[in-house]
Amino acid sequence: MKWETVIGLEVHTQLATQSKIFSGSSTAFGAAPNTQASAVDIALPGVLPVLNRGAVECAIKFGLAVGATLNRVNVFDRKNYFYPDLPKGYQISQLAKPIVEGGALTIVVDGEEKTVHLTRAHMEEDAGKSLHEDFHGMTGIDLNRAGTPLLEIVSEPEMRSSAEAVAYARALHTLVTWIGICDGNMQEGSFRVDANVSVRPLGQAEFGTRREIKNLNSFKFLQQAIDYEVRWQIETLEDGGRIEQATVLFDPDTGETRMMRSKEDAHDYRYFPDPDLLPVKLDEAWIETVRAGLPELPTAMQARFQRDYGVSVYDAAVLTGSRALAAYFEAAAQKSGQPKLAANWVMGELSAALNKAELDIARSPVSAAQLGTLIARIQDGTLSGKLAKQVFEGLWEGAGEVDAIIEARGLKQMSDSGELEKIIDDVLAANPKSVEEFRSGKDKAFNALVGQVMKASKGKANPAQVNDLLKAKLQN
Amino acid sequence: MPDTSLSALAAQLAGKQISSRELAQTYLDRIAALNPAINAFITVDAEKTLIEAAAADALIAAGQAGPLTGVPIAHKDIFCTEGWLTTCGSKMLHNFIAPYDAHVIQRFKAAGMPSLGKTNMDEFAMGSSNETSYYGAVKNPWNPAYVPGGSSGGAAACVAARMAPAATGTDTGGSIRQPAALCGITGLKPTYGLVSRYGMIAFASSLDQAGPMAPSADDCALLLNVMTGFDPKDSTSLEREKEDYTRDLDKPLTGLRVGLPREFFAEGLNNEVAAAVEAAVADLQKLGATTVEISLANSKLAIPVYYVLAPAEASSNLSRFDGVRYGYRAPEYTSLDDMYCKTRAQGFGAEVKRRIMIGAYVLSHGYYDAYYLQAQKIRRLIADDFGEAFKACDVILGPTAPGTAFKLGEKSDDPVEMYLNDLYTIPANLAGLPGMSLPCGFDSKGLPIGLQLVGNYFSEAKMLNVAHQYQRVTDWHSRQPEGLK
Repeated sequence: MKWETVIGLEVHTQLATQSKIFSGSSTAFGAAPNTQASAVDIALPGVLPVLNRGAVECAIKFGLAVGATLNRVNVFDRKNYFYPDLPKGYQISQLAKPIVEGGALTIVVDGEEKTVHLTRAHMEEDAGKSLHEDFHGMTGIDLNRAGTPLLEIVSEPEMRSSAEAVAYARALHTLVTWIGICDGNMQEGSFRVDANVSVRPLGQAEFGTRREIKNLNSFKFLQQAIDYEVRWQIETLEDGGRIEQATVLFDPDTGETRMMRSKEDAHDYRYFPDPDLLPVKLDEAWIETVRAGLPELPTAMQARFQRDYGVSVYDAAVLTGSRALAAYFEAAAQKSGQPKLAANWVMGELSAALNKAELDIARSPVSAAQLGTLIARIQDGTLSGKLAKQVFEGLWEGAGEVDAIIEARGLKQMSDSGELEKIIDDVLAANPKSVEEFRSGKDKAFNALVGQVMKASKGKANPAQVNDLLKAKLQN
Repeated sequence: MPDTSLSALAAQLAGKQISSRELAQTYLDRIAALNPAINAFITVDAEKTLIEAAAADALIAAGQAGPLTGVPIAHKDIFCTEGWLTTCGSKMLHNFIAPYDAHVIQRFKAAGMPSLGKTNMDEFAMGSSNETSYYGAVKNPWNPAYVPGGSSGGAAACVAARMAPAATGTDTGGSIRQPAALCGITGLKPTYGLVSRYGMIAFASSLDQAGPMAPSADDCALLLNVMTGFDPKDSTSLEREKEDYTRDLDKPLTGLRVGLPREFFAEGLNNEVAAAVEAAVADLQKLGATTVEISLANSKLAIPVYYVLAPAEASSNLSRFDGVRYGYRAPEYTSLDDMYCKTRAQGFGAEVKRRIMIGAYVLSHGYYDAYYLQAQKIRRLIADDFGEAFKACDVILGPTAPGTAFKLGEKSDDPVEMYLNDLYTIPANLAGLPGMSLPCGFDSKGLPIGLQLVGNYFSEAKMLNVAHQYQRVTDWHSRQPEGLK
């Protein structure tokens, strides 16, 4: 039987506010345990939440960026359950009236564009952390993270492969960091993915029973977890078994998912509107102010890159992988006046060097202006592509500016045709056999002669010029 | 005790006839003498009180005194008070020393009013007789065999016995007004949102409101001036201009339209209470008021609505008492779930557990629409009834409670009978309206009778005006229990 995979993702993005969603405590990562937990965060008797408008603005930004409906009145609910790192015994979240509903994200998989629709996005507070080690059989509770603002973004079950799920997660990651609502740091838990996975016989309309894989904190794990889960579900069904609705965890060490709790263990969260908080009202003026502060969005920028710079759909998508990368490309393109060449350099030489050095574009040793100048020197004939790579290496090592490196290392392309003609004459004189072969119709011999000339010029000859002069001399 | 009105005490302090320390000591002595029999206080700390009084004396000496600087006050043990045991009447918080002051406490401190201690209350403010307190029942100063009402029973009793010139209370379904009525004092629950709830241990957040309790309306007006005001730490606090609640006290009542809800004078009302309230209506008519019969048809649903909504909110509000971070934790347990279960089973009393269970039930999957949502709809209808009524009258008048104080233990085995005590007070909480209770007589057993005024939103000054004018021509509010004078 042919099976179809169905995936929907729930992504928790930590919002990049200075303070928590319902208290004034700092949200900075890595402080000593419980040093960023105020009376409100530890839920002392009598304390009350006050909404951080900055968190709401982040949610508005997101809603605008994905073309969603912003609910002008949205409501915080209490999700009730007991756990030691949940100080109030309830989490403040949004159930019935979330701030964002609908919207969509475009992903590209195997060169194909696909639209993934969003169900909703809602604001909520994070819980604290339970530390099960170092306490001799007891559990330590760190409430620094309690009350950190989150936007939970829920997709429709529209992805059909782990590749699509990863593409969606990456596109979402790009977007939330692009609009500055999330730092995107997956190691620190700023972007956590839950995947709802089910399979069904190809062609069947109803969904299969889903299992939810919790808390995936890398794209690699997302892919591995889904692939394992899909295989497991198909094998189970083909062996005559049934899938029970469940929540599972992915173990990166074994590459397997394992049951965390079954549907029977599911909590009744007894949601109800939080009486300590008024409904959140979004007025048009506020929305427009936030809209005015939004940067150009990736999709709009991709279209503009294609239109203004003539780059391909694929290149435009790659170049808008992050705001910093797009800005780098655009600066290099403008400086050089050669956008397509700039795109090739940014995606080729530069990306390769950055990857190798495990550096982010923001920390590139070669600036966009330097790369632009380098490309301009190729265009004006000063450098060949090969020489340009040597200059690039110089820039990477911090050897100075483009022209200085060319000068210091003598990398200028040979432009004096007299000098070149002399080299060619010498090569022809030294290789009578090749000349003979060429004249007897062996084209390969010509390439050998070009190679000899380039070698003799130490790579500084302009290859096109070599071609022309050599042809002219051989036909004489 | 001689005249203990707040304005009289303030005048004596300002005139240096008495110091705040001396005044505080007078009350501390009276507490020491009377409290063992009344049990109105959970915590008294003379040293702390006298330090605060000395600070007030310094302010007075420096000419920096406010209207009530140096006048001591007792605080319900529901308000977090920095450095003081704050129990909320529960074993769950038997060891909780609050690390911060509630907004209300901050305001009284800023006004220079020393705290006389923390008053007894029904556990987590759940009760109408003060019998659910972990610290034992409070006795009614008019007759110690009777309850003082609840949940602010300690506050009402300490004022009635003149162990404090005034006290703070909180009112979720009548917890200021009903004990004020049963103890023969004046108490006011303000419009929801007028007094910050920050630092007041939550029972039912959408209903809880703090207010003043004192012998007279005049006192309450002065206290309300201290308590009210916007607080950015409470999202339900209302941002409005500061009012002087004493401004209308002396206005004549000519032309005042008093609404008498037919449903509040119907079956279930004790005859002696009815007679006293009707006599008060006649007194107001002599002062120039006219009466009009009104209807609050949906108010008969107030108790069932309240006993869905208040427990629902309470079941969630009380989840933080889990033994993890503060308060009581069971001494022995075998697992996390066992720790939760034992801690809460041992730390909460029967009434609190009953309400948590009701609340969890009405919010649970499959029952939410039938109970919680339905109750919210009826809550709106009850509020609409008041809106309609206030088109025809300026203030609504009726009995505060269906009867006078009942005997200790008389209703403690019958929760529904107990709940009916709040029949007339709950509608104002559901609508968020201000309500107050003032003494209007005594029954044949010598127990006080209270009448209730319910005003439109923000009409506290008007209600205090009506009450003050009534108290100018009557002396029910200035009578003190025999034997405790």
